[in-house]
Amino acid sequence: MDHSADPAPAQALPPPYSVYRHRLATRLWHWLNALSVFVMLGSGLMIFNAHPRLYWGQYGANFDHAWLELPRFPGWATIPSYYSLSAARAWHLFFALLLAFGLLAYMIASLANRHFQRDLRIRARDLAPRHLWADLKAHLALRFHDPADPAAYNLFQKIAYAGVVFVLLPLLILSGLALSPGMDAAWPWLTDIFFGRQSARSVHFIAMALIALFVVVHLALVLLAGPLDTVRSMVTGWWRVPPEEGA
Amino acid sequence: MTLITRRNLIVIGAGGLVAGCDTLSRSPSAQSVLGSAEPVHRVLQRTLGGRDALAREFRPDQMSPFFRTNGSRNPGTPEYGALLAGNFADWRLTVGGLVARPLSLSLPQLRAMPQRAQITRHDCVEGWSAIGKWQGPQLSRLLDLAGLRDAARYIVFHCADRMGNGSFYYESIDLVDALHPQTILAWAMNGKPLTVGHGAPVRLRVERQLGYKHAKYVSRIEAVASLSGIGGGKGGYWEDVNGYEWYAGI
Repeated sequence: MDHSADPAPAQALPPPYSVYRHRLATRLWHWLNALSVFVMLGSGLMIFNAHPRLYWGQYGANFDHAWLELPRFPGWATIPSYYSLSAARAWHLFFALLLAFGLLAYMIASLANRHFQRDLRIRARDLAPRHLWADLKAHLALRFHDPADPAAYNLFQKIAYAGVVFVLLPLLILSGLALSPGMDAAWPWLTDIFFGRQSARSVHFIAMALIALFVVVHLALVLLAGPLDTVRSMVTGWWRVPPEEGA
Repeated sequence: MTLITRRNLIVIGAGGLVAGCDTLSRSPSAQSVLGSAEPVHRVLQRTLGGRDALAREFRPDQMSPFFRTNGSRNPGTPEYGALLAGNFADWRLTVGGLVARPLSLSLPQLRAMPQRAQITRHDCVEGWSAIGKWQGPQLSRLLDLAGLRDAARYIVFHCADRMGNGSFYYESIDLVDALHPQTILAWAMNGKPLTVGHGAPVRLRVERQLGYKHAKYVSRIEAVASLSGIGGGKGGYWEDVNGYEWYAGI
């Protein structure tokens, strides 16, 4: 622990050494999100259970064509585990505020502390086929870190994190807002961008499924990369560089 | 060994979280914390869009080919049966409570008032939507005729359908929605008198809120200063019985 607080240049130390990897805003948002996403997924599936059919367009009910009809999600996947649309809505609408305003605060903080510009920027040359192929091979071989700069995110991490922060979460929030009749009156463009309320509900569900997929992959990679080190770094900010990956 | 222990910990942790959510869902103090989001949404929505923001109105070709019913599909009481058999000739809508001039209006009188027709989307709390055309006098006109007293804050709708717990259905809205131009007492749907399934002879349309606010079989309108004396005090049947939001704009 003592070396963790050492502000000396990381490269000067022999591996294993620690680098300050996650700023306070990132760590706070991460754990707030871990809780919010857990609650939003469970309560959202319960809300879906009240009418487990999805449509495209402005309207959609039992006599209209559903593009997807699913059996109800089981109790272990829903909040609460017993059938209660009203309780699920109470959870969902409370944590929706935390999720949405949390994202807004995180975006402002990460622009101000240059986390986005420094750590999440994807350069055109990163996407060159040769580079992409090399990164993919390294990733599949579970070599996640650039030996020259082990704390930097690899390309696939950048794509995943940027996709969640700038695409999926905003899409979930906007499509969720479009389900609210009060918001639709306040901001009529909300249903326009999704081509109707029932389309927005379908987009909301698809974006939810992609977030769930991200969570599964994220947790699997945390386990592969060393759960103790990664979780500790998301608590304290300091990440111990694995010996074989140090410079 | 450590991995298995860790995995068990994760499973126990996740199971504990789910069980915790069940316990919290039933706990009154947790319910009041979660419920604190409802007024936040109400204030945010009305601030972002203004109190007079209009719900979208659609073209006739955008209407649902079939508009399903939900909730009470027939009050089924002898009193309602008698009114229905007489084609609602003996039916009266009363307007009372905190008003200067209580009213008792027949269906022909409601039909003779200035009308508003609107093709709007009906959003059920369950998730489905249907688009239909509704027609009737604006609630604000009735309240003008009756003369709301200054103390009136909410408008309560007492209905003819008896619910599972023996009480009649009731709902309420505040004056922001009561005086909104799209808030009407609809006696016609898709160009015909309301069917029994859709709330004949008259139902409320409050277009910026979810379906359960659109009280069917309305028989009495009451202006009140507070919702505490109505039913269980939360302003509506589903609010009192099941904890649904009173502000159902979300």
